[in-house]
Amino acid sequence: MVEEEGFRRYVAHIILWIGIAIVAFPVYIAIVASTQDNALIANGQMSLLPGGHFFQTYYQTIFVGTSGSTREPVGNMMLNSLITALLIAVGKIAISIISAYAIVYFRFPFRMPIFWLIFITLMLPVEVRIYPTYKIVADLHMLDSYAGLSLPLIASATATLLFRQFFMTVPDELLEASRIDGAGPLRFFWDTLVPLSRTNMAALFVILFILGWNQYLWPLLITTRDDMQTIQIGIRKMITTTDALTEWPIVMATAVLAMLPPVFVVVAMQKLFVRGLVETEK
Amino acid sequence: MQKQAIFQSKLLPYALVAPQLAIVLIFFYWPALQAVIQSFLLQDAFGLSTSFVWFDNYLELFSERAYFEAILRTFFFSFAIAVSSLSFALLLAVMADKPLRGSMLYRTLLIWPYAVAPPVVGVLWIFMLHPSLGVLSRYLRALGIDWNPLLDGDQAAALIILAAAWKQISYNFLFFLAGLQSIPRSVLEAAAIDGARPMRRFWTVTFPLLSPTIFFLLVVNIVYAFFDTFGIIDTMTRGGPGKSTETLVYKVYSDGLLGGNLGSSAAQSVILMIMVIVLTGIQFRFVERKVTY
Repeated sequence: MVEEEGFRRYVAHIILWIGIAIVAFPVYIAIVASTQDNALIANGQMSLLPGGHFFQTYYQTIFVGTSGSTREPVGNMMLNSLITALLIAVGKIAISIISAYAIVYFRFPFRMPIFWLIFITLMLPVEVRIYPTYKIVADLHMLDSYAGLSLPLIASATATLLFRQFFMTVPDELLEASRIDGAGPLRFFWDTLVPLSRTNMAALFVILFILGWNQYLWPLLITTRDDMQTIQIGIRKMITTTDALTEWPIVMATAVLAMLPPVFVVVAMQKLFVRGLVETEK
Repeated sequence: MQKQAIFQSKLLPYALVAPQLAIVLIFFYWPALQAVIQSFLLQDAFGLSTSFVWFDNYLELFSERAYFEAILRTFFFSFAIAVSSLSFALLLAVMADKPLRGSMLYRTLLIWPYAVAPPVVGVLWIFMLHPSLGVLSRYLRALGIDWNPLLDGDQAAALIILAAAWKQISYNFLFFLAGLQSIPRSVLEAAAIDGARPMRRFWTVTFPLLSPTIFFLLVVNIVYAFFDTFGIIDTMTRGGPGKSTETLVYKVYSDGLLGGNLGSSAAQSVILMIMVIVLTGIQFRFVERKVTY
């Protein structure tokens, strides 16, 4: 009954392609710019078609870095981002799944107060408490370290809530059964709950990896050494010098490299990504 | 929320919650507490003595014209980003919700910008609209617009809003699409039988049924505009020219960077905390409503 007539369908296709073009245009420009000569770009003469400097620019970006502003190979920055993102994602999942397990499957004094202590952290992103957090990380001698980059961002409740919600839906019979088989709490956790949580963990991992890779304000504050920079920080430093000296092809190549891993994750693991996004927002 | 089947153990549950509790206490509660305490203290210029000054830091902050402007600016940015991004995403979602060939491809091609980091978004947009070398600036100038967002505050603000809204399209699109797909076809068919044309069907049936999603996204977008625009602003304008793109979060950052008034910067943090708590409170109320929906 609600069949679309041909004309309307045609319009829908056109609007969607316009939308896609708008969404993709800035990235297209970045890719094109990263293959062109800097002098041409600096003169405002940039062409809208790819140039011939692709290999040269990306080689220099990954292994050498800019010749002026940062001088740090972007490959190294990517490695820092990767380690940070993995630590955040794995760390958060690991500590959340065990605390959710304790809260759901045990009765112990202060269970609810502890749950609330964790729950409240949901409300405040790191941005509102940056300087006090910075001071603590400095006092703990964690500036310019992977621990300093990742630990403060692990302190949040989203994953705990998600696992708690999931554990509540796991039928009690499973626990009874494994208890009859003589399994203790840790066996039950490893052999039953963890395998059941696999999809949830994967969905969460996708979201947390993207969030971790894209962190900006926090790494900006606590990294001072060039070799500890993440790629997001590196890209900002590349455009700090006066405009005339900015090496735009390298900046744009860095932008492309910074987008590549998270965009790949979204596209390749779309189902898990959508699931993770919807679940973490509940 | 009680589970019937549970384990008995005295120490194990504490060992299991310990890691998360430790991290939360050290990196969340302690700094938050520090911020609150600090906001009631005044340090002399040399950092030698501190005194308890009650709400002086807050009062001083609110008498500051720049702070007031930053609040208004932040709300204006949030509103502009949310409205522009939501309306564009809704249009795309309504189109993608139709039974079209290749609808999965459309979805893939529209959701990936979610993964682009805010600072990268800033770099992409400033490059396109850079006054001297931007690809799009040529056309703006050809249209007779004196385009220079690095000098003109209003243009800088427009640029920030545009870039921030662009990034948020994919997120909004995804949730709108999910919302649209959960609307029962039968309701739309009933409206069609009653003779409602597509446009009318959208405004009288689809749009009201979508209102929980819209409200949810409105809150999320405002929170996004509060915090995640930091990276965009920092790579594009650094809060300038003048202070025309300085939001509340950016102000906390830049005031603290100058190392000046610790008490004032802490008071700013506390005010931000209160704002976020109110926003999330609204969101939670709404989530409860969604459950009964």
